[in-house]
Amino acid sequence: MTIQNKPAANKNLDSIRKTIANHKRHDFIFASLGTLVIASLTITLLILFLDLVIDGYPRFNLDFFSNFPSRRAARAGILSAWIGSSLVLLVTFFVAVPLGITSGVYLEEYAKKNWFSDLIEINVSNLAGVPSIIYGLLALGLFVYSFGLGQSILTAGLTLALLMLPIVIVSTREAIRSIPVHIREAAYAVGATKWQVCRNHVIPYSYGGILTGVIIGMARAIGETAPVITIGALTFIAFLPPSPIGLEPPFINFDWLESGFTVLPIQMFNWISRPQLAFHVNAAATGAVIIMLTLLMNGFAIKLRYNIRKKIKW
Amino acid sequence: MNPENDLIISQRLAKNFQRNFRERLIEFGLLCSGLIAIFITLAIVYVLVSEAIPFFQHVSIIDFLTDTVWTPNYSIKHYGILPLISGTLTTTGIALIVAVPLGTITAIYLSEFASHKVREIIKPILELLVGVPTVVFGYFALMLVTPMLQKIYPDLTTFNMLGPGIVMGIMIVPYIASVAEDSMRAVPMSMREGAYAMGATRFQTAIRVITPAAISGIVAAYILAISRAVGETMIVAIAAGQQPNFTFNPVESAATITSYIVSVALGDLEHGGIGYQSIFAAGLTLLIMTLLINILGHAVRKKYAERY
Amino acid sequence: MVKKIITNKLKHDEIIKAESKNLNFFYADGTQALNGVSLPVYENKITALIGPSGCGKSTFLRCFNRMHDLYPGNRYDGQIILQPDNTNILLTDVDPIEVRMRISMVFQKPNPFPKSIYENVAYGLRVRGESKKRTLDEKVEEALKGASLWNEVKDRLQDLAFNLSGGQQQRLCIARALATEPEIMLFDEPTSALDPIATMNIEELMSELKQKLSILIVTHNMQQAARISDYTAYMYLGKLIEFDATNKIFTNPSKKETEDYITGKFG
Repeated sequence: MTIQNKPAANKNLDSIRKTIANHKRHDFIFASLGTLVIASLTITLLILFLDLVIDGYPRFNLDFFSNFPSRRAARAGILSAWIGSSLVLLVTFFVAVPLGITSGVYLEEYAKKNWFSDLIEINVSNLAGVPSIIYGLLALGLFVYSFGLGQSILTAGLTLALLMLPIVIVSTREAIRSIPVHIREAAYAVGATKWQVCRNHVIPYSYGGILTGVIIGMARAIGETAPVITIGALTFIAFLPPSPIGLEPPFINFDWLESGFTVLPIQMFNWISRPQLAFHVNAAATGAVIIMLTLLMNGFAIKLRYNIRKKIKW
Repeated sequence: MNPENDLIISQRLAKNFQRNFRERLIEFGLLCSGLIAIFITLAIVYVLVSEAIPFFQHVSIIDFLTDTVWTPNYSIKHYGILPLISGTLTTTGIALIVAVPLGTITAIYLSEFASHKVREIIKPILELLVGVPTVVFGYFALMLVTPMLQKIYPDLTTFNMLGPGIVMGIMIVPYIASVAEDSMRAVPMSMREGAYAMGATRFQTAIRVITPAAISGIVAAYILAISRAVGETMIVAIAAGQQPNFTFNPVESAATITSYIVSVALGDLEHGGIGYQSIFAAGLTLLIMTLLINILGHAVRKKYAERY
Repeated sequence: MVKKIITNKLKHDEIIKAESKNLNFFYADGTQALNGVSLPVYENKITALIGPSGCGKSTFLRCFNRMHDLYPGNRYDGQIILQPDNTNILLTDVDPIEVRMRISMVFQKPNPFPKSIYENVAYGLRVRGESKKRTLDEKVEEALKGASLWNEVKDRLQDLAFNLSGGQQQRLCIARALATEPEIMLFDEPTSALDPIATMNIEELMSELKQKLSILIVTHNMQQAARISDYTAYMYLGKLIEFDATNKIFTNPSKKETEDYITGKFG
């Protein structure tokens, strides 16, 4: 009986095997497609980077970093741009980081869960989705004209701080949320106050996560162009802001905050917009500098987050 | 035994009062920075609206929304936002045509096909791609992609919407991939096991089970992509030309809302002039557009909310 | 099991350290977790709380240092009177921070801070404003000795507390609670996450600790309650069913429910 049935069973099995083979081919096709897409994305990133480096190669020398922009492309440099970027970021850092961390701590540890905290929550997530140029318009109307800060480093720093703020808030909250409740209870149980729990435990244990967000936010601020153009940053700056550190007491001065400035991406944009090809070389070299900075910073942040995830075992 | 007990009650109360007062003060300070998000939102709305009102006293809203010519710098001035909207929609459309398939494939591949090791390598690369400044992508569009397109289609002008649209699409792929992948990974393992136990292949499981289950997150990823593309500035400002042009033809040059704002800001801005006011009107339009996209996204997500 | 001499009569020379009077407790969602619980905690004695899961014993324990205040919407009703000053620690004008400084707690899972061993123990003192290095050193050593951990960690006080074993971590948490010289110590199933040897160490430690302070412990393990406690309270569905000397509860309970639970017919 079994022998008689065998051919029929075999035939059945054959058709099943055929179907499976067919399905497996779909698997294979999709897997290849996916690999192809990802490979081409990776290669795109690589080409982008190499293209900038190759195009900008003739300008990679010390003069490029120590010269002011000039009408002659070969003598033009990014001195005012990188100093401008550094000073703007300094302002951004000192505004966005304390505000972002305290805001995150408030939302996560203090705010009672009600319509009001929901409102703040919705606001934070909406702000992260507002196009950056809108922040530029806000800064133009508010900082430049209403507050009379002018087209200064302070204005640009504040503008970028607004952009960076949601990133810092969100990363602070995520880091705080990953701290288990029993650690807080342990601190309360020995008699700590709410603020002591935050200052001695919650905030220090979140440093890694917060730092990741801060670095990613700073990397974004370095490359951000549109809002800084919108506040009316000048594209041709052949002077340096007053030095923040003086040789005579009180050693630190804040005149630089009111100074005009340019930043790296605006310098790059300015050079791309020129018709002469020689300036495009400058643009590429500036682009290479910017992308190097942002890739390094983002890479560091990603590595840091990876390490935190691996290390922490509450 | 306890030092606290040795203190006289009034001293203890004073200590408690001091401590509680400090706690309240700190809480108030924290509350102030917690409110910053609301302040910023209010400030955005206030600034855009208050600067746009004088503009609309000058230009009727009907003209603004229906006129197909935008020539604020010519002697015969027209303020029709449609050419800027057409530019914005065309570049966004091209970007989505590129980004949606690529991003979705990447997400499915990473979530359902890739080994743990591959994912650990690819995800950081995608995150790095997110970090590339848009001004660099603009350079890429103008100096690399458009010349390449011109080899295929020689009539293409230097400034066009196709090149920047494609580059914008590449820029957006990582956003879609990472948000969509997160929502696919959040689908419980039991659903995959159920599908595999019935003899489904990876591809069948991914398409028939995981994608429908994660649809709300995938839609969220598309919405995020659209709002990024609509608000993107530098790529179009560099590579699409800054000439307002009422067209949906991707090979023509055009201005978007964002690139118009940039081009005005680059020139001499007369505070309080009609040119100055016009960028706030344009900005308000952009903000309303992104708001509508987000509301739409919210509604769609609510409809397809995860039910596993 | 250790055999104990049966003493049926309750000793009346005990000093009451704290006492809950008709205590009700409501969670934020309105569920009543405790229903009219009245229970004394005697000085220098160990009082064990037993009962099936969800009977409210942990909830009751956490009332003693106002842990429920951390989550909005929770409501106490009734009194917990702390002696010798005769204050109702549940009153809203009594500062929960002050209560926690006098009544410390050890949790179910060892929960050291991700800081050094030294800092973990010193934290309670720092919170009280103590910053003199010498005082801190002395008290940390004393507390670690009190938790019989000193010999194991004295050479590596600056090591991260996470590097200790589970049992050591729990003893570190006891040292942390001990450093502030509390009047009462609350233990919420302190050995449920530990192996038998570590459990034994902790039990021995508790018997030593009761020389200095009063202990209230929640435990799932009836043998543990029988081994270490002087008094035992059986709780069920948020109510105190029976409270008596441990010997009596385990040998001759006066309530049928208690007997069923003890003998394993129920729970």
